Amino acid sequence: MTTEEVPLAPPEEQFVTAQQQRHAATFGMWIFLATEVLFFGGLLVVYSAYRIWYPNDFAIGSRHLDIVLGTLNTAILLTSSFLMAGAITAARLLDRRTTCLLLFLTAGCGAAFLTVKGYEWHTAISNGFWPASGTQPHGVDLFYSLYFVMTGLHGLHLLIGISLLVATSIRFLRGVSFSPNQNQITLLGLYWHFVDIVWIFLFPLLYFIGRSS
Amino acid sequence: MITSAPPSPRERLQPSYLSDGTTLGSWLFTRDHKRIALLYLFSITTFFLVGGTAAILMRLELLSPTPYLVTSETYNRLFTLHGVIMVWFFLIPAIPNVFGNFLLPLMIGARDLAFPRLNLASWYIFMAGAALVLYSILEGGADTGWTFYTPYSSTYSNGYVVAMASGIFIAGFSTIITGLNFIVTIHTMRAPGLRWFRLPLFVWSLYSTSIIMVLATPVLAITLLLICLERLGGIPIFNPNFGGDPLLFQHLFWFYSHPAVYIMILPGMGVVSEIVTCFSRRRIFGYTFVAYSSLAIAFLGFLVWGHHMFVSGQSIYSGMIFSLLSFLVSIPSAVKVFNWTATFYQGRIRFDTPLLYILGFIGLFTIGGLTGLVLASLALDIHLHDTYFVIAHFHYIMVGGMVMAYFAALHFWWPKITGKIYPEWPARIAAVTIFIGFNLTFFPQFLLGYMGMPRRYPYYPPEFHFLNVCSTCGAAVLGLGYLLPALYLTYSLFFGPKASDNPWRATGLEWQTTSPPPTRNFLEIPVVTREAYDYDYIDSPLLADKEAHDD
Amino acid sequence: MNWLPFPPEASSYSGRVDTIFFSLLALCFVVALGVFGLILFFCVRYREGSSAPRSAKRPHSAPIEVTWMVIPMIIFLVVFVFAGKEYAYMYSPPSTGTEIDVVGKQWMWKMLHADGQREIDQLHIPINQDIIITLTSEDVIHSFYIPAFRIKHDAVPGSYSRFWFRAVKAGTYHIFCAQYCGMNHSQMIGEVVAMAPNDYAKWEEQGHPASDMVQSGETLFHQVGCSGCHAPTATIHAPLLEGLYGKPVALQDGTIVTADRQYLRDSILLPNKQIAAGFAPVMPTYQGQLTEEQVNELVAYIISMRNAQTPVEQRNTAP
Repeated sequence: MTTEEVPLAPPEEQFVTAQQQRHAATFGMWIFLATEVLFFGGLLVVYSAYRIWYPNDFAIGSRHLDIVLGTLNTAILLTSSFLMAGAITAARLLDRRTTCLLLFLTAGCGAAFLTVKGYEWHTAISNGFWPASGTQPHGVDLFYSLYFVMTGLHGLHLLIGISLLVATSIRFLRGVSFSPNQNQITLLGLYWHFVDIVWIFLFPLLYFIGRSS
Repeated sequence: MITSAPPSPRERLQPSYLSDGTTLGSWLFTRDHKRIALLYLFSITTFFLVGGTAAILMRLELLSPTPYLVTSETYNRLFTLHGVIMVWFFLIPAIPNVFGNFLLPLMIGARDLAFPRLNLASWYIFMAGAALVLYSILEGGADTGWTFYTPYSSTYSNGYVVAMASGIFIAGFSTIITGLNFIVTIHTMRAPGLRWFRLPLFVWSLYSTSIIMVLATPVLAITLLLICLERLGGIPIFNPNFGGDPLLFQHLFWFYSHPAVYIMILPGMGVVSEIVTCFSRRRIFGYTFVAYSSLAIAFLGFLVWGHHMFVSGQSIYSGMIFSLLSFLVSIPSAVKVFNWTATFYQGRIRFDTPLLYILGFIGLFTIGGLTGLVLASLALDIHLHDTYFVIAHFHYIMVGGMVMAYFAALHFWWPKITGKIYPEWPARIAAVTIFIGFNLTFFPQFLLGYMGMPRRYPYYPPEFHFLNVCSTCGAAVLGLGYLLPALYLTYSLFFGPKASDNPWRATGLEWQTTSPPPTRNFLEIPVVTREAYDYDYIDSPLLADKEAHDD
Repeated sequence: MNWLPFPPEASSYSGRVDTIFFSLLALCFVVALGVFGLILFFCVRYREGSSAPRSAKRPHSAPIEVTWMVIPMIIFLVVFVFAGKEYAYMYSPPSTGTEIDVVGKQWMWKMLHADGQREIDQLHIPINQDIIITLTSEDVIHSFYIPAFRIKHDAVPGSYSRFWFRAVKAGTYHIFCAQYCGMNHSQMIGEVVAMAPNDYAKWEEQGHPASDMVQSGETLFHQVGCSGCHAPTATIHAPLLEGLYGKPVALQDGTIVTADRQYLRDSILLPNKQIAAGFAPVMPTYQGQLTEEQVNELVAYIISMRNAQTPVEQRNTAP
């Protein structure tokens, strides 16, 4: 599917061609993702420092996480990325209905992830792992501080992604001009894949400490 | 750099951006980068006054070795206020968000930035962050210092730390959006013929600044977020009583805050290049080296954060590495200063106000930079860290450098932005007053620092008294100096003569539009065929002949 | 340098620090004068309307650029080396000296001499002796600064910092807190009183501490239950402390650390941080139960056992 076949809307006033506008938008999204890498990166630095200091306590904390649910969540997110890629392809094929369906399904996977994550949080807290409760050794508290902050921020990003997916889908179903705006779906896809990749990092770092022993 | 002729008669018929819509709504919902620049100008001027008032109160208080004007508690909140407002709500946005926003599209021959709506959003986000910080100040403020060191800020302080940190966190998004916008614009929207190495050096400096904005600010965001979570949720992160490491905060904080100081100074350096060339009527000496030096500063600036922690307990070997890199990062700045100096050689120098400010910049920035070498020297920093020597060092760079560059930019582009000419002699007097007042204020602080006076001290031993009084007297002169532009610039808005398109006969595409420019900047996108700063061409008799014929 | 209002050069390295400073300052002065002089000269000679010759066309010169990058870098390297060596010297305490523990807290300095004398906001020391400071904080970060000695180090809660000085001039000098620590940060001022040996001996005598730090530490060791697990006769399997200080310790995760003061402190307050290989993580934490001074005393006691022999029977009965 080449771009020449797709009629593009006239570009916004500051751009000379629609091509230029699309290029700028995509470039902008990549830069935004770079900022997110630095954001989560700072958190990973804190994690690395404390994991080196408290290897035992981190292992204890990690073992109390449910690896079945974690793996399930990983599968859900990977599936959602697959569906998202499908949505992008459907958009390129100008198949409005399929695109919107796939966007909804992607959002649905995201919602499923958040539900499972919410359940995991609930379990952790009711088992006394909330860091401020002071019932655990220091290193375990630090592990769970990081666990809640890392998965919480990831979940927040996921929620934003879900909202954007649903909103975009509804807009297109309502008849917003589809073909000139399909770059938006590509950009959404970039964001969604990024959120997925963050989870791919978080999953082993949080769930797989000391499990081999 | 110039190619297209001065504005055509058709272009002159367009309404200027200032008169294109006069309702409040047309300003608050504008997408025009020039109007957004003025929104920012209004905001940062206000914040400069707020931060400046805090400084006045602090210097008045320091007239006496024991507090007489305000309590210790209040003094502590004042220096926090001063730092937070000046760093995040004045120095960081001043040149990029006022002059960058206004000039970048004009300088590259574009109609606007890549994302105008994001640009407007960035101003609203900035104001939201400022509102939160001002709220925290009105409620009593925080007393942690702008550096928020843990565990004082995360556990012990009784101030409004979360509100203030959240305000800064929000304002950080404005910085990120601005940087993103600038990078995309410079990459994708340059006019035909405008190769990278034909760009004005101001654009190079904005580009380098934007890279830092985009990469460093997110780290500040996560750091402040962690402090807020620790305070609000009791979640231990930096608390040593729970096994946390207070030094981890410092690493994260300074990983952002050191590059942040380059966010503050790089745009100012870009302004210097523009003005030095215009007022010596010469091409910049060593264009390529000056352009690359901006990138080098941006890159190396990320590698030196540990020089804020030489005495904090990091390993001696880390200290060695950071010290060496800190010496290295001064080289690109030195390259710029040497190139600016060489640009004066065989020029035709005119001492208008913008150049006076820039001469002040070069002098004061050089002193500030050289004293930075002193602080980079490990053994010396043991004695000087957290003393008034450091305060003098960074004020020489930030106030003597950056603020003077800001005023230079204000005066240089005032005719373009407002369409009016400011009165020259009051302006020159103000520039000299500011220079003198600045040195009287901050030079004594170098001495105080070596004598051992620590920072953030409302009480001090009597041997520091005399120099503190000198410094406060200087601050009075400085304050007067800052007042003058407020007066005569406002005067010029109402009573100043109209400006021509290019009153300085400067190169640069922005001078090819009317003063003030129309909303759409260019009716036709210009084509660039000449190198930057081609003053030989613009001053040549051939061009004068041609222009006489065109008229 | 006495005519300048700077602090006296009261420590053995103050003079060298000052020399580095004034040399660098002179260098900076020369550079600044050079640059300013050149600019001034150009501004006058090439002002608009002057008749100076103007013909130079080439606004760039790679050789010049490289020169003014390389020469400063070489000069900086020299400065870096001198200043770096001095830094390493100041922050590397000698192996023997008079040990003094300093604890900063909001808003005072507590000094603990080895002989058990305690001072608040004052530090009496003999001149011409190496004084080794072990510094920590009870609450927030402070910074222990003696301008006359040109020495400073942050007092970080949860960790020990070590540095040293030798006073060479008798006198009284300021101690400042140089890291903002709250309301009375600027009133956390003390003084170091450097005395000639005779005077110091007299001062030492008139204080009558009940016990020195090692003795206090030993008492505490039994009092708070350390000996319940760490004595040779204990039934619980716990690392032995005789001969421990300064030796390498194998940890459970395979790394090897040196049992320095920080290690001892962390073992008492954060026992799960570095678990010795072969031992279960069952030691309770003493966080919140001991003051910093008490931790210092326990550490002093364990250090005092550095040369003791590990009891033979304990080695054989270890499970």
